[in-house]
Amino acid sequence: MKRVEGLSKLTGRELYVDDLPVDGFLWGATVRSPAARGRIRGIRFDDSVDWSEFTVVDHRDIPGTNAIFLIEEDQPVLAHGRVRHLHEPVLLLAHPRREELRRAVEAVHVDVDAEPPVLDFRLTPDRERIQYGDDNVLKRLRIEKGEVERALAQAPHVIEGVYETGAQEHVYLETQGMLAWEEDGVITIAGSMQCPYYIVEAFEHALGRTPDRIRIIQAATGGGFGGKEEFPSGIALHAALLALKAGRPVKLIYDRSEDLAVTTKRHPSRVRHRTGVDGDGKLLGQDIEVVLDGGAYVTLSPVVLSRSIIHAAGPYACDHVRIDGRAMFTNSPPFGAFRGFGAPQSLFACERHMDRIAAELGIDPVEIRKINLIRDGDSTATGQVIADGADRVQVLDRALDLADYYERRTAHAGFNAAEPTRRRGIGLATFFHGAGFTGSGELFLDSEVHVAGLPDGRIEVRTANVEMGQGTLTVFTSLVCDRLGVPAEAVTIAPADTSLVPNSGPTVASRTVMVVGGLLEKASDDLRTRTGLPADADGRAIREAIREWHRSHPGEPLIGKAKYEQPEHIHWDDETYRGDAYGAYAWGAYVADVEVDLRTFAVSVRDFVAVQEVGRVLHETLARGQIQGGVVQALGWALLEECKWRDGAMENAQLTNYVIPTAGDVPPIRVEFLESPYPHGARGAKGIGELPFDGVAPAVANAVAGATGTDPASVPLTPETVMDLILRQRPPAGSLT
Amino acid sequence: MTVFLPRDLDEALELRDRHPGATAVAGGTDLCVLWPERVAARRDEWLDLSGVAELRGHEWTDGALILGAGTTYWDVIRDRRAGEELPLLVEAARQVGAVQIQTRGTWGGNIVNASPAADGVPVLMAYDAVLELRSRSETVELPLADFYLGYKEMRLAPDQLLTRIHVPRRTYDLQWFEKVGSRSAQAITKVGVAVTRRDGEWRVVANSVAPTVRRCRSLESLLAEGLPVSGPADLMGALESDVTPIDDIRSTAEYRLEVLARLLYWRLRDVCPSIT
Amino acid sequence: MSGDGVEIRLTLNGEQVAARVGEHDRLLDLLRYGLRRTGTKEGCGEGECGACTVLLDGVPVNSCLVPAWQARGRSVETVEAVPEEELAALLESGATQCGACTPGVVMTAWWVRRNRELVDTHSLRELMAGNLCRCTGYDGIIDGLAAWLASTASGEPGGPG
Repeated sequence: MKRVEGLSKLTGRELYVDDLPVDGFLWGATVRSPAARGRIRGIRFDDSVDWSEFTVVDHRDIPGTNAIFLIEEDQPVLAHGRVRHLHEPVLLLAHPRREELRRAVEAVHVDVDAEPPVLDFRLTPDRERIQYGDDNVLKRLRIEKGEVERALAQAPHVIEGVYETGAQEHVYLETQGMLAWEEDGVITIAGSMQCPYYIVEAFEHALGRTPDRIRIIQAATGGGFGGKEEFPSGIALHAALLALKAGRPVKLIYDRSEDLAVTTKRHPSRVRHRTGVDGDGKLLGQDIEVVLDGGAYVTLSPVVLSRSIIHAAGPYACDHVRIDGRAMFTNSPPFGAFRGFGAPQSLFACERHMDRIAAELGIDPVEIRKINLIRDGDSTATGQVIADGADRVQVLDRALDLADYYERRTAHAGFNAAEPTRRRGIGLATFFHGAGFTGSGELFLDSEVHVAGLPDGRIEVRTANVEMGQGTLTVFTSLVCDRLGVPAEAVTIAPADTSLVPNSGPTVASRTVMVVGGLLEKASDDLRTRTGLPADADGRAIREAIREWHRSHPGEPLIGKAKYEQPEHIHWDDETYRGDAYGAYAWGAYVADVEVDLRTFAVSVRDFVAVQEVGRVLHETLARGQIQGGVVQALGWALLEECKWRDGAMENAQLTNYVIPTAGDVPPIRVEFLESPYPHGARGAKGIGELPFDGVAPAVANAVAGATGTDPASVPLTPETVMDLILRQRPPAGSLT
Repeated sequence: MTVFLPRDLDEALELRDRHPGATAVAGGTDLCVLWPERVAARRDEWLDLSGVAELRGHEWTDGALILGAGTTYWDVIRDRRAGEELPLLVEAARQVGAVQIQTRGTWGGNIVNASPAADGVPVLMAYDAVLELRSRSETVELPLADFYLGYKEMRLAPDQLLTRIHVPRRTYDLQWFEKVGSRSAQAITKVGVAVTRRDGEWRVVANSVAPTVRRCRSLESLLAEGLPVSGPADLMGALESDVTPIDDIRSTAEYRLEVLARLLYWRLRDVCPSIT
Repeated sequence: MSGDGVEIRLTLNGEQVAARVGEHDRLLDLLRYGLRRTGTKEGCGEGECGACTVLLDGVPVNSCLVPAWQARGRSVETVEAVPEEELAALLESGATQCGACTPGVVMTAWWVRRNRELVDTHSLRELMAGNLCRCTGYDGIIDGLAAWLASTASGEPGGPG
């Protein structure tokens, strides 16, 4: 099946929020904090602007609670009294002309009595910098299995390492944007988003409205990657407040510089490993500490931390594991959801550390992984017994084979000996990614989907899960077609409009196909049952039965429904952090072949092989696209993308200075799938969207380590960083002049 | 904000004379970046040269390639003769942005925009290009190497327009250009270098390592004199008197200098007996 | 012009169009807001991403870097002009995911498609380097363009041979 909305996108007909035809609207803009931390002394408006032409909104215009509802309610919709990060929204303006608005934003001055900010999450804050609890720790979590101290005390070798990763901006090609208007007493939003019902909840609290007076519609969304999970709630509220006050539609579209400077980023991390191993490299004990920079409000950091620590020990069997996690308050714009959700950070540390252990013990990086990879029957750090029939060693072997790993390693040794200014290396990473919400998260979501039979015999799929590029519409269509035996033309997907669709949960966590897709199969079955047909009825009969049902029930809706029920095998204890953290894991082995130019210190990726086991692949082109896109986005994180900070916010807020990979920066990404169907996922599928992010940075860093004989401990490996590694880590008398 | 839209060169020169504060714009690949913010912040005068036909196009004479100031990178990239005779022009042009920039960006704009990171300027300077500067009253010629005075400062009078660039047609026994950007395509230069050698006479021109694109005259004499060099470190003395790189949002002074020395050493080692 | 803009004429997708443009308007603004051709997208406004790529006198440019008054008397082609049947190869290969970069990608690819001799001197990756995509990792785009180049166009007898 071709991508359902593909032609609409290729022809430019697809309507994103800034494309929606709307008359008589105002442009909205945001006035922001000029300081990282302080008390707002006052707000001054320049006389040069005729303010009577403008709609002006501040915290006093918020009818409900001045908080963006999420895990906690600490983040204000508009700052009142104090600011906690640079660029924090303070005031909103709207005007019919965008260029007038630009000048007006410059003509508002927020005066702040600055206070000392926390700008480095790795340092213990002094008393005057404490702003959350009594230690600035936003969330603390621990996983404990066995007796790690005793295991380390008895281990023949204990190897330590500290690893760091930087922030990363999503750079969805469509910036954040919302259009708001009020219609018959219903505040309505159309915009770019992953989670329409998050916005409904945020509106209930901040606008003091019941859900029947709130309507959220997802417009075509130009990429999300997590960046449009929680962040859009704030900008939707801003647009709504302006529209309510102005009595006219308001369009609030961030330009790229604003989007880069103020929106969420991937959490920076610092991970410490202390690992006991025997002489063969068998893991005896893993003591791991994960620290994330959460930024100025709690937002989603507790759950990002959760996923980060659950993945921190890697896809390995080890009897004694302790993982301590902390998310720290800093005076930075909050860090947020981003593809992988904390796992890429901790897996970078884990997989870099595996290579360091191998190097110290003088064993092959392949062998140390083979010895330790989870076999069916082994358990993860949370004590989850893995028995999914997937062969993780086979995944690794297939990647090595496809990459000609051993041949290339030999060839590189010869190349490096002969070449004066170039060094080649090949590196690998084995990893895993849990699909769906963590632990009992899916149970709390209580997702519901509808599959409606329409009077003309067509079938309409109603979920709140959105298309943002990953192929939701296509896969949902194909799942329902297959389940009911009907052709694609018979199935439509309802817009993700909260006045039309039930809450099937957010479009995050690689859950859409596996969890929501599974519900669609059940709802399709329910629809068939409601028409009175048996499970083996064919599509033609079903469509006729739908039409017949409507003839005998005029005016009534015919809706097949399904609600999430936790598979019986999942047992999770949130108190002890033990049990089945995820219903299923996808497994991966990635191999990167790199060349380092010793003149420019630039790393180029010559070849990249991505082999993964993701359950059943439902759509080859879409699945491959997810892997290739994820790998390249992660190559950016590994090699190019660096946020430069000033007062806790991004200084290089232009795509000229925050560079992401172009077509010329990356090789073709070679993808292969191994399939071991997951019985509880739609048609055997597991999650796929986030997995590719996890294995890239460590594979690349391991390859750079091999090429240069250095021991990189952080990403991004920009040329400047690689220069430092080569000039400072190697003896100056080395052959790398 | 006021925009002047001259239809020919005479009108452009007249407007240039009457409005010395107006900013001339042609391809707009630098001036029009973040254009709405730029024009919201200022209410300047703009002089649009895109409609001036006399500035477009390039021609080959017996002695020179003459580029109209409004000739685009793409015009040169598509001229096979340029690739054969003056290959550095094509190499540099192909590394400016990507095709969408190459089709708009002009050689003249690159020169008068006076960015230290300008990609077109080092190769022109290494080829001894000469600028033709016109006002209503006269036309003067000036070697490009003498054009820059300091950061964004140049020998261009308020009533003058850069109209043409003469690139001498000569044969070289070495010509080399290398750009190191933040990524492999669509990148701003962190350090770049163009080198030519002809009858033992060297031109070494570096960009992004000084307030202007810079001829490295100390290094040129070191090479001309054939002083012995046995590693990048041996070039540092000359380079440090030629260039003054800084730390900025794109890179560091240390990186720029180290890389410049390494690029030069490894390339010149192949062609200079004095470099081992 | 000063303050009240200027009346310009241009050829848009083969049709003569007259429009009043302000001093501050970019070609991108003229297309999207003035002429309601919203197929062309804004990705960055700084000439980096290529989402706003259109053909100006037959060559690809970033329309965010073109003041609208520079389009006077010139020919502009946007994604709306590309025949739907030409897009099959890109659709098949997975060249579009979120779609925000897609119109720009299509325009650069369409230009390559109509100037196939470009591949004698340029790789497809070099030609497409001005179009940032954050979804596909570029394989879907490059493979799709290669397939498009290899295909015989409708209305173009003989094809590439």
